Amino acid sequence: MALYSEKVMDHFRNPRNVGVIEDADGVGEVGNAVCGDIMKIYLKIQDDVVADVKFETFGCGSAIASSSMATELIKGKPLSDALKLTNQAVTEALDGLPAHKLHCSVLAEEAIRAAVKDYYDKNGIPYDPAQFPDCGHCEGCST
Amino acid sequence: MIYADNAATTKMSRTAIDTMLPYLEDGYGNPSSLYALGQRSAEALQSARERIAACIGASPKEITFTSGGSEADNQAIISAARIGARKGKKHIISTTFEHHAVLHTLDKLANEGFEVELLPVGELGTVTPQQVEEAIREDTCLVTIMYANNEIGSILPISEIGAVCRKRGVLFHTDAVQAAGHLPIDVEAQNIDLLSLSAHKFHGPKGSGALYARRGVPLTNVIEGGAQERGKRAGTENVPGIVSMAAALEESCAHMEENAVKVSALRDRLIAGLARIPHSALNGDPVHRLPGNVNFCFEGIEGESLLLLLDDKGICASSGSACTSGSLDPSHVLLAIGRPHEVAHGSLRLSLCETNTDTEIDVILKAVPEIVNYLRNMSPLWKDKISGKKAFVL
Repeated sequence: MALYSEKVMDHFRNPRNVGVIEDADGVGEVGNAVCGDIMKIYLKIQDDVVADVKFETFGCGSAIASSSMATELIKGKPLSDALKLTNQAVTEALDGLPAHKLHCSVLAEEAIRAAVKDYYDKNGIPYDPAQFPDCGHCEGCST
Repeated sequence: MIYADNAATTKMSRTAIDTMLPYLEDGYGNPSSLYALGQRSAEALQSARERIAACIGASPKEITFTSGGSEADNQAIISAARIGARKGKKHIISTTFEHHAVLHTLDKLANEGFEVELLPVGELGTVTPQQVEEAIREDTCLVTIMYANNEIGSILPISEIGAVCRKRGVLFHTDAVQAAGHLPIDVEAQNIDLLSLSAHKFHGPKGSGALYARRGVPLTNVIEGGAQERGKRAGTENVPGIVSMAAALEESCAHMEENAVKVSALRDRLIAGLARIPHSALNGDPVHRLPGNVNFCFEGIEGESLLLLLDDKGICASSGSACTSGSLDPSHVLLAIGRPHEVAHGSLRLSLCETNTDTEIDVILKAVPEIVNYLRNMSPLWKDKISGKKAFVL
């Protein structure tokens, strides 16, 4: 069996929504260079809907595929849906990830949440801080 | 397909396959059996032992067949440790960038009360005989230092280190898995007491290796059972693998010089071409380097992505990134030569052999810069460096 599913390889080889939104309404960046993966998500919000989303990722095949899939899953969706996106949903949509690569889907979830939080902060929209816990799951984050 | 991962394993040579086949077919006898069929296997085994010994300047009785390089490393180190412990000597010297077959065996011994001292290997990835001499103590029982590094290709001054060890009366083991068949080995002239080699690194089969132990250096069994290999390694001998290993080693040694000239020319073209990629760096010693080894770090990208995209273009290579190691940390070798984590994640090893061609080098030299560019263009880390938000490391 190959390391990755066909779906992962498809999203890795042909990543959707790669790039930058210059006038993004919210930007989220998670991960760090020490751990070997960084994801950055750009959101364009119109009427509480994710009108556009782009990503940039430094990381392995599954990190790039997870970013791509996550952007596909929230594009055109209400912001409230984007906030509910879980790493499990990303993993399932990719037909699974190897166990030691599951953190890539977690990063994708966290990058989107960070971008939404940035949008809320920039626009003075009130939110429950408990919705955005610090990730703190990775040693490299402290460096 | 372009195979550029010869440090991982090599394609078996025609000679190695042809030598093996009769022992998979009609010559299947157990060398321990009395009848002619078995004795023919025993003779083939003895002949292989003589030929392998001749390739490294040893005598046949000093060769023990193993399942490969890892087993040979394990047995060599454990044997030397037992010899030392009997004399109350429990200090072992090695380096920070050995193969895990060595490092994990040393970890085990450290847990048993041995004191393991790992010498730093510097930016080029080497140690000097002076470093070794200064580290040797009255209670040092073993120095184990690799002949050539599997990841970055540095060739270490093994003869000089061997001389220091002999002068100080300390056993010297070298993991020659990357060297055998590629670099000259003369265990007498190089003052080597124990040496490990593995057949599949020189166009022989997987699952066959050998441990050289100088006469008078008693081995400790790591596999108990029958009386094979003079009672030092139990288990019915892998006759097809062993005869094939002998043929492959003889062939590699016979063509060593011409292969080295050809392969190092390919290597140097590849290094010169890849060095043109901005913010990249060659890993390892540029001068004392295995003929086939090329290892680079490219800033701002991650190695596994690079490997997958190279694979899509039919190029087989490897990387020291954490994602390819199955652990959270990148290669201990790249960290040992001082590469920071973020750069070590972006490493690429291409290891060549004599069947690679200039045309293949052209293809690799076109593919790698394109892929590095593509990945950098989607890397937020790279963007931060280009925009000056973060500093370049390379």
